[in-house]
Parts: sequence; C-alpha cells; structure tokens
Amino acid sequence: MKIDEIHARLLKQFGDCAIAPLAVPEAGDPYITISPEAFHAVCRWLRDESEMAFDYLRLISGVDWTDRFGSVYHLYSYTRGHSVTLHVDLPREAPRVASVADVWPTADWHEREAYDLVGIVYEGHPELARILLPDDWEGHPLRKDYRMPEEYHGVCNV
Amino acid sequence: MGCAMSETVSPTPIRQDSLRTEEMLINMGPQHPSTHGVLRLVVRTDGEMVREAWPHLGYLHRCFEKVAESVTYAQVVPYTDRLDYLASMNNAQAFCLGVEKLGRIEVPERASALRVMVAELNRIASHLVAFGSFAMDLGAVTPFLYAFRERELIISILEKISGGRLLYHYPRIGGVARDLTPGLDQEIRDFLKQMRRVWPEYNALLSENQIFVKRTANVGTVTREQAIAWGLTGPCLRGSGVKFDLRKAQPYSGYEKYDFEIPVGEGAKGTVGDCWDRYWVRMVEMMESCRIIEQALDGLPEGPIQSKVAKVLRLPLGEVYVPCENPRGELGFFIVSDGKTQALRIKARGPSFNNLSITHTVCQDVLIADVVAILGSIDIVLGEVDR
Repeated sequence: MKIDEIHARLLKQFGDCAIAPLAVPEAGDPYITISPEAFHAVCRWLRDESEMAFDYLRLISGVDWTDRFGSVYHLYSYTRGHSVTLHVDLPREAPRVASVADVWPTADWHEREAYDLVGIVYEGHPELARILLPDDWEGHPLRKDYRMPEEYHGVCNV
Repeated sequence: MGCAMSETVSPTPIRQDSLRTEEMLINMGPQHPSTHGVLRLVVRTDGEMVREAWPHLGYLHRCFEKVAESVTYAQVVPYTDRLDYLASMNNAQAFCLGVEKLGRIEVPERASALRVMVAELNRIASHLVAFGSFAMDLGAVTPFLYAFRERELIISILEKISGGRLLYHYPRIGGVARDLTPGLDQEIRDFLKQMRRVWPEYNALLSENQIFVKRTANVGTVTREQAIAWGLTGPCLRGSGVKFDLRKAQPYSGYEKYDFEIPVGEGAKGTVGDCWDRYWVRMVEMMESCRIIEQALDGLPEGPIQSKVAKVLRLPLGEVYVPCENPRGELGFFIVSDGKTQALRIKARGPSFNNLSITHTVCQDVLIADVVAILGSIDIVLGEVDR
C-alpha cells in the first residue's frame, strides 16, 4: 500500500482532527503527522488492522525542530512489504507523548534514547531512564539550545 | 609436617541440607572479555543460574549525532566509519545513499558495483570476526586464528583500494574515492578461491564440533515473533526463520542484479532461532557474499567512479531514511535537511543497538555460560550500540 492510501485510510478511521494532510516535502520521503492525543490509538490500529499489519518499528527519532519538538516513527510491515513515516509534533515547553513500548517492544530503548538525548517524555513507558548518558547528566545534548557543561565530576571539557 | 598439613585441609563433608543458596547481583563488565567492547551486564544470579540480565550501555558514547549536525555532509562520512568499525564500508555506503536520495545525486554504475564489492568483502571480514570471537567466547581459541588468517587477506585488499585497513572512508557522496589498482582483480579472485577452500575446514573445526553444538544448540532461542517485536535484523532475524534481507526487499546499489540466496535458521541442530542458527546464517552468508563479489567483478561496468558533487553540499528541504543490509542487520540514517550545508538532524539506526535490546528477554533462567554464548551469537559492536 502506498503512503497516500494509508493516509486516506487513517483519515477515514480517525478523522482530520487526528490526522494532518499528507506532507510531501521538496525532497525525500512523504510523512503523516498525527496529533499526540490520537497517537497511541493510531499505532495500535496500524499494527492490528490486517491490511496495515505494521509489525516492525524501525526506529524512533527525537527531533528538535527549533520551534517545537518532534518524535518521528518509521514503520515497516513484513507481511505487506510497505512502510510509513509518522510525525508527532510536541510543544517545546512540555514535550510529552504516549509511549508505544506496549505496541512494539523495541520502542522501549528507542524512547529511552529520545528521552536521554532530546528530552521527550514518553508517558506510560515501563522505565524511562537515560540509556546512553550517565544518570546524573544534566540536560539533553541534541536540543539546539544545549550548552555543553564546562566540567563533569572534575573533568574539564573545554 | 606434611601429615599435619593434609589434616588441616581435609574437606568437611558437604551435605545437601547444609548448602545455603542466595541470589546475587553481579556486574559482568564493563571490562569483560566476552562483552566485545565495553558493555556492562547486571545479572541477578542464583548459583550458576541467571535469573535476569540488564544491559547498561553508553561507555563508548561520543554523541555522533551531535557531531554530525555540526559538520558538512561530506565530513560526516568518516565519522560513520567509526560506528560499526568492523563494517566501515557498509556504514559509509548507507550514509551516502541517504544523502544521495535526498539530494537527487546520481551514482555512476561502476561506483555502485565497486560499493557492492567492497561492502561484501567487508561483510565477510566482519562475519569472520564474529565467527572467531564467538568461538573464543566459548573457550576455543584456534578458530579465531583461522578467521584472522583469512580476514588479513581481505584487509590487505581493502587497503589497496582505500588506503585504510579498518576505517576506509571509501564510499563518498556521489561515488567512491578510488578505482581498482592494477592486479587487484586477480587478488580478489584468489581470495575467493581461498575462502571457498577453507570454508569446509571452518565447519569441520567449529560448526560440526560436538562441544560447540552442545554450547549453542537449543540455547538462547528467539522466536520469530520475538525477533520482529524487538526489532532484530540481519542474521539475528534470519536465524529466527524470517526470510528477510534488505538487499532483496528494498534493493540499493543495484543488488537486484545479483544472484544470491538468503539463508535462514532451520533448527538444524536444535530449535529454530537458537545460537547455532544465528551462527550458521553468518557462515552461509559468507559463501553467498563470495558469489556476489564474483558477479560484481565479472560485470564491472566501465566508466567514471564519481559524479560531480559540490564540495560543500546544500540539500533541499526534506527528510529521508534509507536502510541498508549491514553484516549485523539494518543500518539506516534518518537525515533531515532544512536547506543548510549541515543537517538539522542525523539519526543512525544501528543493528547492534536493537539486537542487544532483546538480551533481557532471552537471558532469563539460563546458565551464566549461556549468557556469554547468547551475547556472542547476537554479535554486537559497541561502537555502534553507543554511537
């Protein structure tokens, strides 16, 4: 199934409050933006609906779009052989979105990483702890306004 | 004197009811020889049994993704070499393919064929390290020496092509860095001949070795459903019986033109998806890679090896994700461009990170020695797990 068909099916199922118009950028891949409120239900439906059957979550990327944060999901279906890219836009002051670790277990580590490096909070995650950085690290390095600390436990960084 | 000594050390008889057992938390790593780098596993043990194992990562983290946002696209390529440092050719190819798709940059046919050739050579080299180190984890040192003998031949070929022995910086945006040097064609063919000759020796030495089979068959079984749910890719996915290879499913660099098979785990020694199956998929893949390299050499088109690309590239607005089949599984770069000379975001989706995430699920109620076997069969490179 092509992404425009998937988009049409999503619109029909969830309505235009939850599903934004299909985004086709100047270059590269088109994507579908989902509202944070509907996101978890959309993911569950995409996995369970037999015509969709998105059984494989490739990756989750936290993105700092400078005016907002985003969580980007790349899905693939082994049975159907099609793929889709989902975006969720989150406000800078409170970037929170439902965890999909209960839909795809692989989301567990990806969400921890996006939390660690970008600071997106995945609600309902079984254990949202830092994964790559030490537990006592301050800040989220992949934010555009991040300032590298001058020292860490007496080790000079400059 | 001697008599007195032996009296003092005479053991107290052990009775079943006098034994006291309790659970213990043990750190395996970060400096543990079988963790293939610096990985820390916190294991909850009861005697020899592991009840749970929690991986702790990040010891090699250098925030590749932050660095990649602060340099130009061409400057990112050598950094990708250092992710999965046993498969530098494959990494750089995956990144270049992403940039080329977003920037609509053509790659000459000869460059694509050369990329396929070096990527497959690198795949064999990587699988040889997996073969050797897996055996060493299980206590057999000899296979490692065999593997490094053949790996040296590959490294010397790749050195003649690229100038590097481990980190090559060979695939470039829009092509490759250099053409074949004279006589290299023959050297590669000689290597393929040698590889095919010794492969049965490897199997006699390890694959069919009874001790090795006992240590790996029916150990660390990952079902097909688990493998998909946890995002396993590459030999770990195929070992669980899923016939999926990105080179066939979403071909890149002209892989659709090559004739090769996708091996899958069949439970030949035990259960589908056990350590032996994952190991065996890699063994068969080495032979399939030989076939691809031979076809690439036979059909190597004439022509340029690099298309015209601006020194400082400015990509159009947009985003792209191009996955490639690396030796360890799916490597893809999610590249977001906001029209500047540096990316807004580059995210590396590496196979080692995802394959490792199943550790906790598999390492429940297994022997401590099995944890080592399971980790070895997953075949991780910490440079890519931690990025």
